[in-house]
Amino acid sequence: MLTGLFAILFYAATAILVVGVANRIAAYWRTPAPLKIPTMPAPRTQGGMVYRMGREVVLFESLFRSNKWIWIFGWMFHMALFLVLLRHGRYFQESPWFLTEVVQPFGKYGGFAMIAGLAGLWGRRFLVERIRYISTPSDHLMLILLLGIGISGMMMTMVAHTDIVALKHFMIGLMVFDWKPLPADPVLIAHLSLVIILMVIFPISKLMHAPGIFFSPTRNQIDDSREKRHIAPWAAEMEK
Amino acid sequence: MAKKVDFDTPALSEYLQIPVLQEGAMAHSSPFVAKPAHQEPLNFPGELVEDWHDQAIAKMEDLSKTSRSFSLFLDICVHCGSCTDKCHYFIGTADPKNMPVARQELLRSVYRRYFTFAGKYFPNLVGAKDLTRETLDEWHSYFHQCSECRRCSVFCPYGIDTAEITMAARDILDAVGYGQKYDNEILTKVLKIGNNLGLPGPALAATLEDCEEDLEEETGLPVRMPLNEKGADVLLITPSADFFAEPHIDGLMGYAKVFHQAGISWTMSDYASEGANFGMFIGNYPTMKKVAERIRTAALELGVKRVIVGECGHAWRVAYSFWNTLAGTGHGAAADDKYAQMLQKQLDPRYPAPQHIIEFTYDLLQRNALKIDKSANDHRTVTFHDSCNVARGTGMGGIERGQFILPREVIKAVVNNYVEMDSSTMFEETFCCGGGGGLLTDDLMELRVKGALPRMNALKKVFDDEGVDTLAAICAICKSQFTKVLPFYDMPMHMITSVHQLVGDALVFENND
Ligand code: SF4
Ligand code: SF4
Repeated sequence: MLTGLFAILFYAATAILVVGVANRIAAYWRTPAPLKIPTMPAPRTQGGMVYRMGREVVLFESLFRSNKWIWIFGWMFHMALFLVLLRHGRYFQESPWFLTEVVQPFGKYGGFAMIAGLAGLWGRRFLVERIRYISTPSDHLMLILLLGIGISGMMMTMVAHTDIVALKHFMIGLMVFDWKPLPADPVLIAHLSLVIILMVIFPISKLMHAPGIFFSPTRNQIDDSREKRHIAPWAAEMEK
Repeated sequence: MAKKVDFDTPALSEYLQIPVLQEGAMAHSSPFVAKPAHQEPLNFPGELVEDWHDQAIAKMEDLSKTSRSFSLFLDICVHCGSCTDKCHYFIGTADPKNMPVARQELLRSVYRRYFTFAGKYFPNLVGAKDLTRETLDEWHSYFHQCSECRRCSVFCPYGIDTAEITMAARDILDAVGYGQKYDNEILTKVLKIGNNLGLPGPALAATLEDCEEDLEEETGLPVRMPLNEKGADVLLITPSADFFAEPHIDGLMGYAKVFHQAGISWTMSDYASEGANFGMFIGNYPTMKKVAERIRTAALELGVKRVIVGECGHAWRVAYSFWNTLAGTGHGAAADDKYAQMLQKQLDPRYPAPQHIIEFTYDLLQRNALKIDKSANDHRTVTFHDSCNVARGTGMGGIERGQFILPREVIKAVVNNYVEMDSSTMFEETFCCGGGGGLLTDDLMELRVKGALPRMNALKKVFDDEGVDTLAAICAICKSQFTKVLPFYDMPMHMITSVHQLVGDALVFENND
């Protein structure tokens, strides 16, 4: 019963996540940026652009330049999340590969950093007047959701261990359409439910910033407007 | 100009202060609405249409298909708050709606309501709102409290550029017949007469003759100001303010002196006697293209080999970043691109197209082709203001950061006393003068004075501590704006100077040294 329910929920959530995100990305891909609008000074080569984008994605360079508090909390949360996600690889592989093994100890404590980062970001939504002003209910709910995921996950790691061998069988079973029982641990159920919610709202929420940044014309364009003519198909029509 | 008394000039301080929010502080600030006579020539409805609601939504739909930044920027903002304290209008007015993200939110709330799942079914959760008549008024007010300076985009982790959102919002307002008078009146003039002033050809010729007389008197040489001369090498495109306003006109004479010294044949055009392109300010591609095409036409007709652009910030952004796109005025068009090839075949591939007058002068200085006496500027202590459009929208010299390096090198080559303002207010983090983006109008005086606060703060410091008495700039709007607002902050209006005036003053002419 529980196993069947969660199996179906996971399939549905995965479908929504993949199709939804692919749809949005396809729309960004299709829609031209009619003008050259990189925020200057901008790199003059493709390699330079990749380097700039890399610094944004890995180091959050613009945020660092702007505000050290938001940067510390935001960067800490994202990097910890990244470690934790890598660590979760072990639930999807029979015999975990090298990287998954390597991050195990870091990922374990990464959970604390993730929660601390989220708490810091949430605190700012109350304490800083400007950020309080721009926060919507969904901004708070998003942080609550992520905190819920982080805290329930940490509880299983640190306080009440769940049957991770059974969980692993369930997850791998899902991937090969051979359902194995899901342990009926309330904390695990809460954790998984919150993750399913996150997957479902991903494509319709601000979480789209993750794939979206790669399409941002102010960051992914090159400073070569005088050397190369850039024109959108619809604009070229005006010249015919 | 007498000081206005109906608002207080903000107080300057040792360090820039981030204000405590004052909701509604600038809700009363809204520019005059365009009349049918300014709307219709641009193919916009004369006045607010009956079905403005549906038309506005249709326009948004259209924008989401034609411009990626529109839906992308509206989708991906995470409300992190990084941009909230970066706008000079917020710093100067304390109105929370002048925080870049809050400004975007005025449009985003409507976009969410009509175009996103969350906004359609859970509007309160995500701050989605119906489009109402009041929304339009609010847009008209706050999207004319943004100078499209792009400072916020420097600090956004995803590069979200509020200028793009402002342009889109103004485009929507125009599409429903609710444009801004100042911008659209000017665009009507440039499309009809050839420049923003509405200065007809004969009047322009007379002005240039006067300038030639002044130049001859000053230098003893027949320094020319040619107009419509076919077969000249260079077509100079400059903001029309250079033809009449102070200190702009001294810059224009500076260009003429440089051309004279360099011995290069050049001309201006009365058909394209305007470098400014307010089409960018209103975010309307067809209008921007029409204005840019006048320059292409003039270049083709006059048969020039190079196009050089005078001192104007947004004009340089349009020229550097958009001309190639809009009118094929540049290099590197595809072989089958007939439209762009026409002019590109004519332009000399050895020079960038277009080229900035600063790049041109810089080259000459590098080659020691100009004779300079720096001491001619010894009575001045000069600082330079990076204009927002030049800093964050363009390049110079074909090198990264050239837009900061070249103007400084030119200034330092012609003056001995140069001082830099606080670097956190300069380069790509420069603060707008407060009058950019199509807001340089008397009906927005309060906004302009308050928006100038961050720049005035940094300037006042070097004015008091380092004895700076000359503020050099390469933007026509900055020059006009500073002339107006400097007195509000107890600094002399005449301290604002064209960079090419400094160059012109230091040039040594062979027969009088
Ligand atoms: S573009 Fe400039 S004026 Fe507009 S919101 Fe951003 S910082 Fe403010
Ligand atoms: S910095 Fe960018 S993501 Fe953050 S609130 Fe401003 S616009 Fe949104």
